[in-house]
Amino acid sequence: MISIDDLTIGYGPQPVQSAISAQVGKGEIFAVVGDSGSGKSTLLRTMIGLMPPQSGRVVFQGASSFGVLFQNGALWTSMSVLENVMLPMDLQGELPRAARRALARFKLALVGLAGDEERYPASLSGGMRKRAALARALALDPSVLFLDEPSAGLDPLASRRLDELVLSLRDGLGITVVLVTHELESLYRIADRMLFLDGETHRPAALGVPAELARSAESTKVRNFLSRVTP
Amino acid sequence: MESRVNLFRTQAGELVVALPETGIDPAWLARPLAQLGLENAASYTAVRVEMPASRRWSTPDAAFFARLLAEVEAPGRRIELKGLPPELEKLLALARGARRPVAAANVRQPGIGERVGLAAMRGVDDARALVALLGEVVLLLPRLLAGRAKMRRAELVEVLAESSSRALPIVAVVSLLMGAILAFVGAVQLKTFGAGIYVANLVGIASVRELTPILTAIVLAGRTGASFAARIATMQSNEEIDALVAIGVSPVEFLVLPRVVALGLLMPLLYVYGCGFALLGGMAVAMPVLDVSATAYVAQTQHAIAGAHFAIGALKALAFGGLVALIGCHHGLCAPRSAAGVGSATTSAVVSSIIGVIALDAVFAICANALKV
Repeated sequence: MISIDDLTIGYGPQPVQSAISAQVGKGEIFAVVGDSGSGKSTLLRTMIGLMPPQSGRVVFQGASSFGVLFQNGALWTSMSVLENVMLPMDLQGELPRAARRALARFKLALVGLAGDEERYPASLSGGMRKRAALARALALDPSVLFLDEPSAGLDPLASRRLDELVLSLRDGLGITVVLVTHELESLYRIADRMLFLDGETHRPAALGVPAELARSAESTKVRNFLSRVTP
Repeated sequence: MESRVNLFRTQAGELVVALPETGIDPAWLARPLAQLGLENAASYTAVRVEMPASRRWSTPDAAFFARLLAEVEAPGRRIELKGLPPELEKLLALARGARRPVAAANVRQPGIGERVGLAAMRGVDDARALVALLGEVVLLLPRLLAGRAKMRRAELVEVLAESSSRALPIVAVVSLLMGAILAFVGAVQLKTFGAGIYVANLVGIASVRELTPILTAIVLAGRTGASFAARIATMQSNEEIDALVAIGVSPVEFLVLPRVVALGLLMPLLYVYGCGFALLGGMAVAMPVLDVSATAYVAQTQHAIAGAHFAIGALKALAFGGLVALIGCHHGLCAPRSAAGVGSATTSAVVSSIIGVIALDAVFAICANALKV
């Protein structure tokens, strides 16, 4: 579904990561892991087209649209939660307003925010904001969902609930998920495969199933990183 | 005599560091190690520390050794440390692990000429980006007129309210005072020639043609332009703009277009409103100071102000409004993604808007002079 071919990413002349190659299958939950500053979020931003790659390419095959959950939710603060979820549909302009409203309410109910539709982002807790942002990311029924540190800033319970939600979305709707995370519990819980970006060598250090890499990755750094938590 | 650390080389190529009883003086941390006897830093095979047995380790000691190791260790080559207690070795291992291959000291600082050149290039890039933004807005205008622009009506209404009704009091006060000040200045001079009534001409022409558009634009630059920059810069740092791009919406269409249109439409209205208050301010001074009746003042004003003055003033107001909105949005969109970025975007937007308005006014003056209007 997604093919990353020999990608080099970065902001200036100095690449943050190079030689990134991976395939993400349909319905897969694919995690991007690495130390701080290794370029995880930069890879995600490059994949969704917010910044151009320095070289290489990302090809989407059979993906109609994608949704993005940004690190801090990135809800539009001047709009209510319902308006946030409705806006992508409003701008697409394909459905009547009543239908858009009903769909937005459904998406909010999916993430457990039924009854909070008229609240503004500033009045929501961190976990609720993340869930509202996830509902917005689902607004256009994406075939691929990009999640940038979904558990960041959440307590363990809220983090687990969000993970379960992502699993349900994948299992129920067949959505492909690309996830940037440094939360190992979350990684072992939901990721099918992972790519480890090494911030020192500026190259990927491992690609595979998290539990297997924790035992037998070639790179000591990857094994040490993954063994902080038992799979 | 100064109690100082001594560095010397042994026959075996070891660097011996002999610490005094008082330990490392923090002042030495900033001095070149050559002053302490370090020569040919990359040639040592090991570092051996000699210190009085009673000495307790302090942070300056650890910082000194970290710096010393950074100088004597070549990239990829670790030097053996001897004579250090295990706890200090652990601490230094952390500092050695965190060391980056490129030393900050090797980064060349640009000279003053280079900095001026870089600032000029940034200015040119900034101007180019502003012109590109203007071009994008102009290209989007037909979509807006056809009702197909991807923007929220609520956003446009909010911007209109923010830029109009809430700006009325301040525009009224500034214009009133400006008219009054002009009248005072004129009255003093014109009274000596017995031409006091011509203060109406002075206030009328100066405020309608020049000062009201400029002052209203400056007020809006400080108020609305700054708020545009702060709002958009905050959205930038909160990734709200990325979220727009991710759903396929151009931030220029969604955020910049409504603001430029709103301010472009409102400025001429605020200009007319400001002119009214400026003339009122002039009259309020002329009546008691020059003993001019309200009827005579109004008649003289009507006689003095030609349609061309109003047309030029209104055209300036339209252009200034668009410029202030454009500059505010431009600085918001270019802001760094941080809280400090919001502050600097706001300041830059206000400064650039004021300079831009005055520069554009100069262009208008040149054009009006060439066209003899």
